[in-house]
Amino acid sequence: MRGSQCVAALLRPARPWPRRGVWSLSRRVAHHSRRCLNSAPSSSRHVHNAKVPRTPTWQPVHETLLPPVIHVSPDLVDKLERLALVDFRNQEGVECLEKAIRFADQLHVVNTEFVEPMDSVLEDSSLYLREDTVHEGQCAEDVLQLAKNTLEEYFVAPPGNIPLPKREERSAMLKNSEF
Amino acid sequence: MAAASAGFICNVNVPKPVVIKLFSLNHVIKRRLSTSVTRCQSQPQVKKRSCPQMVGVVGLEVHAQINSTSKLFSGSQVSFSSPPNSRVSYFDASLPGTLPVLNRRCVEAAVMTGLALNCTINMKSLFDRKHYFYADMPAGYQITQQRLPIAVSGLLIYSHLGGPKRNQVISKSIRIKQIQLEQDSGKSLHDEHQSQTLIDLNRAGVGLMELVMEPDMSCGEEAAAAVRELQLILQALGTCQGNMSEGQLRVDANVSVHRPGEPLGVRTEVKNINSIRHLARAIDHEIQRQMELLEQGGVVQNETRAFDQKTGLTIPMRDKEGLQDYRFMPEPNLPPLLLYVSGRVPAGLDPSQVVLVDRVKALLPELPGVRRERLVEEYGILPEHSYTLVNEDGLADYFETVVKATKAEPRKVIGWVVKELLSNLNQQNLKVNQSLVAARALAELLDLLETGHVSSTAAKVVFQELWKNPEKGAEKIIQEQNLGLMSDAATLQIICQKVVESHPEEVKAIQNGNHKVLNKLMGQVQKETKGRADPVQVRAILQELTSS
Repeated sequence: MRGSQCVAALLRPARPWPRRGVWSLSRRVAHHSRRCLNSAPSSSRHVHNAKVPRTPTWQPVHETLLPPVIHVSPDLVDKLERLALVDFRNQEGVECLEKAIRFADQLHVVNTEFVEPMDSVLEDSSLYLREDTVHEGQCAEDVLQLAKNTLEEYFVAPPGNIPLPKREERSAMLKNSEF
Repeated sequence: MAAASAGFICNVNVPKPVVIKLFSLNHVIKRRLSTSVTRCQSQPQVKKRSCPQMVGVVGLEVHAQINSTSKLFSGSQVSFSSPPNSRVSYFDASLPGTLPVLNRRCVEAAVMTGLALNCTINMKSLFDRKHYFYADMPAGYQITQQRLPIAVSGLLIYSHLGGPKRNQVISKSIRIKQIQLEQDSGKSLHDEHQSQTLIDLNRAGVGLMELVMEPDMSCGEEAAAAVRELQLILQALGTCQGNMSEGQLRVDANVSVHRPGEPLGVRTEVKNINSIRHLARAIDHEIQRQMELLEQGGVVQNETRAFDQKTGLTIPMRDKEGLQDYRFMPEPNLPPLLLYVSGRVPAGLDPSQVVLVDRVKALLPELPGVRRERLVEEYGILPEHSYTLVNEDGLADYFETVVKATKAEPRKVIGWVVKELLSNLNQQNLKVNQSLVAARALAELLDLLETGHVSSTAAKVVFQELWKNPEKGAEKIIQEQNLGLMSDAATLQIICQKVVESHPEEVKAIQNGNHKVLNKLMGQVQKETKGRADPVQVRAILQELTSS
């Protein structure tokens, strides 16, 4: 999935959350979750599974089999940025997104007639039900120390409903980024 | 017990959902708070030819917090007033690497609620992610059930008092589209001064049942009665405590107006309603606002509006996001939720992992509607009284305790309960379980009344004394204050004589054949004796004195 990697690399959290804050937060979190979730990662002994080919193989899908190329309009970029709270409004970002879409277009070639849609590879496994008892949660200090800003025992977040840049400002920005 | 492969049909006796006549003349209600244009009024006025009066259309979305010990997907405590962020697990704070683990109690509560609301229970239901960014939802999405919820196609049957004297019980129903399990969000405190939001995640992840109702109501009063009935049902089931002011039951109303026969109008969503009274006001105001807007040639905007309880108005609210695109997707961390019926559980399944729908159904308690019918049948009381008994928390229990402990007829008991007891409680703003006169004490008083130890007027005085001195008991109060029935013939004779002598006009009237005037003299005698005189004897004596 070259395309999607490319998009992921370009995705930056939009204001007001600075990139650095988010990254350092998640690193600290990862440390915590390892400690407390008891999800010991299994040691990876390399036993080869016969069902998995040793080397990747693929057949290129010819362009003519794919649906028409989708171009991402500035309006769509705007909507996606709002929904995902990331910003990628520059030439490179949009190209990446278009490539990712093109990559996914190959799925249209797969014949799915009479195939029930599958939500999850776990759909045949049973859902575990837990007894209604309290066994966690009294760790205000732990969770609060992960936050950049706190006030007394509250997390502090930016005000809700942050107005996004106006349309005119946005086009100015797009111009500057050679979009 | 029928179990279809696709769904568990809970109640075969329930009629197919019917489209409720919104404008039946039989269901006309005179409203205390009537506005000139809302529907619940006397008659559809034909304003112009082929231009019938507009009516309101109301649908509700109710979020009921599940009454459970721990949250929906985590083992942290559900608690209303704990210090901020003291009931937050790593999952509730959506730290990476954490996974949801479903609480069995929440599943059972949703199944039970679905059964009580005549729903079809889906033996397989799915979880989905609904995405939006808001600081009190730290994962950036809410786990809910959009595609295949746990219960569908139900019916909420409710009734309210109507008719010219507001003593007629009018029965109606609302179709319930679905009940879905979902997570609650945390709470935000907006500090506009500092331009920041304070977040408390104690509520984040608490189990909710979202009940989506079809737009089968037409005014605030109907919506209020329906929500009250739902509240009673949930409380009877114990699946939700139902306190609106504490946010355990939250109601959003979708309101639109149209002319009957025409397509539905553009709707608005009214939020921020924290009591049943406010619900009725908010809806009626919104219906009125939309009608006036349309009559002036305006257009109703599809928007979210907040109810301001101080002014009684609804005001536009800024949406969380202008663009609502929740990007629903299947929740990858939760396989489908499967329910079973006894005898059809696959072999080898751990019983602690199995929720049996028929077992939950067997646990259903007496529901308010059934209880009202039983009260009417068993005790011969009026339907409107059964309504009062069940609607007032604990009153029906109180009534039944008194009835069982006294010799007095239930029909006499009901008067004491809905008049004396309830008015005393209301005056002091007390709940039934805070009553100063216990059910046993009232039963004792009614026994004394029944056996002729006290007149009914004096019994009322005794009741008020009991209220002030609950420890004394009716018998002692009667003794101490000399409130017992006066049945000494000689004494009564003297008092009656005095009354007859001082009311020559009335005596003349009686002698001229107007026998009703005798009641006035009886009243005078009771006034003299502070209501203690034996009415049977007094009547006999007065008849004798006035007949000559």
